[in-house]
Amino acid sequence: MKISLALDSTSLTRRYPRLAVLVTLFMAFGLPLGLYVAALAVFPFNRPELLNAAAKEWLGWELAASPYRNLVYTGFLLLVAFIAVNYTAVFGGVSTWVERRVAGRMQSRIGPNRTGAAGFLAWVADAVKMVLKEDTIPASADNLLFRAAPYFSMVGLLLPFVVLPFGESTVVADMNVGVFYVTAVTAFVVVGILVSGWASNSKWALFGGIRGAAQVLSYEIPAGISLMVPVLMAGTLSLQGIVRAQGGCPWEWFVFQNPAATVAFIIAVTSSLAEGNRTPFDLPEAESELVAGYHAEYSGFRLAIFLMVEWANMWIMAGLAVTLFLGGWQIPFVSHAVYESARGSGLVPAPTWFLLQVASMLVFIVKTWALVFFFIWLRWTLPRVRVDQLMTLCWKYLVPGAFLCFIVTLLWLLVVPPMAVKITGILLTVFAAALLVKFLRDTRRNIDRVKGDRVDLSNW
Amino acid sequence: MAESVRAYFGHITEVVKTFWEGLTVTLSYMARRPITVQYPDRTEKRVADTLPSRYRGLLEVDMAVCTGCLACERACPISVIKITTDKDPTNPKQRVIAQFDVDESKCMFCGLCVEPCPTGAIQHTREFESTMKSIDSLVFRWVPDPEKPVPVYRPVKGQDAPRAPVGELLRKRMAQTSWISPPSILVPEGPKKE
Repeated sequence: MKISLALDSTSLTRRYPRLAVLVTLFMAFGLPLGLYVAALAVFPFNRPELLNAAAKEWLGWELAASPYRNLVYTGFLLLVAFIAVNYTAVFGGVSTWVERRVAGRMQSRIGPNRTGAAGFLAWVADAVKMVLKEDTIPASADNLLFRAAPYFSMVGLLLPFVVLPFGESTVVADMNVGVFYVTAVTAFVVVGILVSGWASNSKWALFGGIRGAAQVLSYEIPAGISLMVPVLMAGTLSLQGIVRAQGGCPWEWFVFQNPAATVAFIIAVTSSLAEGNRTPFDLPEAESELVAGYHAEYSGFRLAIFLMVEWANMWIMAGLAVTLFLGGWQIPFVSHAVYESARGSGLVPAPTWFLLQVASMLVFIVKTWALVFFFIWLRWTLPRVRVDQLMTLCWKYLVPGAFLCFIVTLLWLLVVPPMAVKITGILLTVFAAALLVKFLRDTRRNIDRVKGDRVDLSNW
Repeated sequence: MAESVRAYFGHITEVVKTFWEGLTVTLSYMARRPITVQYPDRTEKRVADTLPSRYRGLLEVDMAVCTGCLACERACPISVIKITTDKDPTNPKQRVIAQFDVDESKCMFCGLCVEPCPTGAIQHTREFESTMKSIDSLVFRWVPDPEKPVPVYRPVKGQDAPRAPVGELLRKRMAQTSWISPPSILVPEGPKKE
């Protein structure tokens, strides 16, 4: 009798379906929401003068004159870093689940749907499995480099979070060299890839690492130049400044401000896909040729870090494109002055200011998730390109195209009057909306073409 | 020169067109119903009931129409079936079946036993979920108690044997036992293990 009980209760969540739903809801909404709230509560106050004022107001402590002030500032920065790191990990995990479910439906199957409600806890189970696995190091590998490589990648992933704005004030630091900083630190990922490829002492890994290096170096050029287009239009390198130069409505976004910016947006997204090693540019880990490429020899926690970097990179890519081209966190019809007047003069801002912040974060998150979905969708649509095709695309098409966009934008800024820019914005928005409608109609036509098929979102 | 320029821009338009087509195709599949059957617990019908009627699943014996002719036991190439017949002590003219064991763990579902059966008492069902914790639980005893043997059926001329619907008896039996319930002790001995 005892044995039969033990066998029947293999899974707690199977015995208590409501518990499964509760845990899923907590992981799916509670966890990210908690992180967003923490970010909103901590990020805007990550400035010495604000901390000094808060210490004086609430603790009666002259922090600015205290010998421990640097310790306090560092502690606060560690809190900020803790939130950012956890956000990356959670996003990386959730996006693997989203990717698997989307991929499943696109291939007429379902994907993971058993662990937790709708299979959402699959990513938690995967993470636990990865951590519990043995961390093997090949006997002939370069021990130190092999161990260090994942952390290079992780640093490259985490550093852009310093300047990536989640909302009007929800940003760790508004650097005046923001765009330049992002393009510089994202290249750290490829250091990790190259080091892991070299240190593994395996032909597959080495090929993967070298491919990764060649790919990222080539695509840095079109990426950098196409990112210069919004910089030119805003007149600043600061990411917050670039967002403030745009508006909330689509026709005020940089992507629709001039035709060259639209092309630059496409080039920037393509080359960020290539830099992030996303399909169709995942040559460094092409499983059909290189087993798993640069992380072929990795297992356990180190492999988990590589995979987390790969998926969480989508947030950086999408977030950067949204910030630079798609209006970032700008809420339609809410100007900069509204935030200023809502903040009030007190140390703690007024509730309406927090509401505005939440709305701006929501706008940013929705746009970024839409772009992340696009990346996932692209991955399950396109086959992997060959190395020569990759290089042809970069050097023959994207590099000249990016330079052309750069020059056209310069001329546009000099020649075209503001009124014409406004008209172009509205025209391009209408054109994009028309394309979207045509696209959805074509999708509909594809469904209707097959007899008996219809739009049916059941069978989860 | 003009040709290479045309080729260059031709590639770009080709990329745009093919991307457009490819993305509409994948998105359209996302809006359709996945064809996956969520076996075992999220199917509209029991999967066994959706199988073709001539599916060769677990064997089922209707003892009410078994003539005790041993044709199936003889037909089985791997001695899955073991039948013991006897005479009724109270009525020596009446033959009775004291044991009818089918070892499903050994059965290869060839159907040779079904062919010679004169009344259709032994039949393949569409049931296939036969996982048991103990392999001995897969010996199906169609005469549950050897102390209470079953009288043989005498066919009536020009009349079909009143066989129970195929699958009903087996389903009833499987519903009574859980896959983890311990096997009954095999007295008398069942089919030989090899």
